[in-house]
Amino acid sequence: MTADREEIARFEALAEEWWDPMGPMRPLHALNPVRLAWIRALACRHFGRDERQLRPLGGLAALDVGCGGGLLAEPLARLGALVVAIDPAAASIEVARRHAAEVGLAIDYRVATAADLADRGETFDLVCALEVIEHVDEPEALVADLARLTRRGGLLLLSTLNRTLASLLGGILAAEWLLGWLPPGTHDWRRFLRPSELARMLRTHGLQPVALTGVGWDAAHDRFVLVRQPSINYMLAAVRS
Amino acid sequence: MRSTSADVIVLGGGLTGLSLAAALGSAGVEVAVLEQEDWQELLSAPYDGRVTAIARGPQLFLDAIGAWRDMAGAAEPIRDIVVHEAGSPVRVCYEGREIDGKPLGWIVENRAIRRALFERVTRLPTVRLQSRAQVLAIEREATAATVTLAGGERLRGALLAVCEGRLSATRERLGIPARRFPYRQTAIVCTLAHEKPHRGLAIERFFPDGPFALLPMQGHRSSIVWALEQQRAEAVCLLEDAAFLAEVAERFGDHLGEIALEGPRWHYPLVLVMAERYTDHRVVLVGDTARGIHPIAGQGWNLALRDVAALAETLVDRLRLGLDPGDPLALATYESWRRFDSLVLVAVTDGINRLFANEQWWLGLVRNFGLLVVEQLPPLKRLFMRHAMGLLGELPRTMRGEPL
Ligand SMILES: Cc1cc2nc3c(=O)[nH]c(=O)nc-3n(C[C@H](O)[C@H](O)[C@H](O)COP(=O)(O)OP(=O)(O)OC[C@H]3O[C@@H](n4cnc5c(N)ncnc54)[C@H](O)[C@@H]3O)c2cc1C
Repeated sequence: MTADREEIARFEALAEEWWDPMGPMRPLHALNPVRLAWIRALACRHFGRDERQLRPLGGLAALDVGCGGGLLAEPLARLGALVVAIDPAAASIEVARRHAAEVGLAIDYRVATAADLADRGETFDLVCALEVIEHVDEPEALVADLARLTRRGGLLLLSTLNRTLASLLGGILAAEWLLGWLPPGTHDWRRFLRPSELARMLRTHGLQPVALTGVGWDAAHDRFVLVRQPSINYMLAAVRS
Repeated sequence: MRSTSADVIVLGGGLTGLSLAAALGSAGVEVAVLEQEDWQELLSAPYDGRVTAIARGPQLFLDAIGAWRDMAGAAEPIRDIVVHEAGSPVRVCYEGREIDGKPLGWIVENRAIRRALFERVTRLPTVRLQSRAQVLAIEREATAATVTLAGGERLRGALLAVCEGRLSATRERLGIPARRFPYRQTAIVCTLAHEKPHRGLAIERFFPDGPFALLPMQGHRSSIVWALEQQRAEAVCLLEDAAFLAEVAERFGDHLGEIALEGPRWHYPLVLVMAERYTDHRVVLVGDTARGIHPIAGQGWNLALRDVAALAETLVDRLRLGLDPGDPLALATYESWRRFDSLVLVAVTDGINRLFANEQWWLGLVRNFGLLVVEQLPPLKRLFMRHAMGLLGELPRTMRGEPL
């Protein structure tokens, strides 16, 4: 069991407020477009789909690990994917289920960890674990589970925070303490992985890193954008060969 | 009773509502259009006698959504525009070649625009049109809005786009305040057949009792938009055709030779309407419902199309990412994108009208001086022209000639 109990309790407290884009989850809502654009672009390239279609991921089996209230699972389902979404926090899953029913999306939500599904031998074309790895005790064990969950030729997408001075200042001090975007104590900087460390783990478990991008804040336009430097938040894609 | 759903429910199937449906439908978005009138009625000749000057940006947009093809055959290019004040030697000429030799815009009869949009929309598989729709109730929940029609049918959508024109009942029902400023002017609109060709020249002439515009139509025909103070307008309405034509000829001279009336004369009372906000929970206001301006500069629908293009781009971009098209972030994007542009045009058209509709002598000096300044400063004039042509500001990509 790689999910940390204290972390789970912290997110449960936030569960009811997942879906208010101006509420406590505002940063995730703000991050969503830039992330989804990147995921869509990579998935469309990898699976040979047309990005301009409204349902470009039609028929792909997708797994969202650490789905929270469903902020990523719902868009993936709208884009046509058959989505299984898991989270160890029962309250989040409850919020997610209700919301999906309200907007009329069929998503298979389960209270589970990546290890639970991997042990049952389930596999997916597209596996997403965004902002998950920095919250677990044993990141390498999670990577191993994610590798088992990704089908041969499938795509794994990760996002996390880098362990740099910039992420300490920008990611934690600014986001948690100064701007009040996230509740203080959401992150523990020492757990963060550098892209090179994460890439090494992926390779060890049979996954080939294919793309890396940083995510930065564009203050002039008040929005998140993709940036070359992965110095604070970054996303990594890998293919299971 | 029957219950259906769509991504976007468009209330009002006028020029704005139909173009929004065409834009969204061309990208595969599920749309339901609810129009209170009967389509046959709307498409018949007596419904609307106006023409619309379509600027370059909006024309690119109409082309991008596949609606221009069907109206291109009915469009007359505007090659030059002359604006001046009666009795004053100062005039501002907007000549096409100052931009790049292409037409400054096109004049199309509203009837032809409506028909072309209608044809386009009926060919789109994800658009559903419903006429004679009478909205009984609107309920809004966290993630959707539901419209109940007389007859009992219920429609649920992630977003309601209100395109009901300036007197929108839904805007009122939802409690979105709108300020009204009656101009105490009535616009008289009619079509003239004339002996000589107009050579694509549009004329806008300011008289102390209101502006007068002459717009080139296909063949030896021009459309007149003549705004007059209400009582004067009523008096002019009572004139026999011959006397009316004499008044008209007096206003723009005899460069077109013999003139005759074609079809009836229409009357439109003018009122400026400005909604306090363009969005509300699960609702956007589009076109004249958001703001109805003075027709003085022929910008009303052009502005509406900029709303439509910005909204369509916002919604399609979100839907292509799998995001909820009607959540507060989508609304905020639309509102901030459109507000500034609208305010500029309301101020400009309202300002021009007030300046020219005033009889005080010193204002005459100001306005002659103003026109002179515009004429003497080519870069400033080009700026005005580009705005009038709808090519300014942060343009939606469809107005730069790119696909949606
Ligand atoms: C004299 C004059 C000349 C003009 N010339 C120009 C010009 O040259 N260039 C230019 O760009 N603009 C011009 N305009 C402005 C232009 O006509 C308007 O901006 C344009 O018609 C607005 O279209 P709309 O669809 O927003 O509203 P409308 O044309 O008012 O259409 C609203 C539609 O919604 C329907 N509706 C209303 N309420 C409901 C309801 N509750 N339920 C269902 N359906 C409903 C109506 O039946 C109608 O079909 C001019 C305006 C005037 C008055």
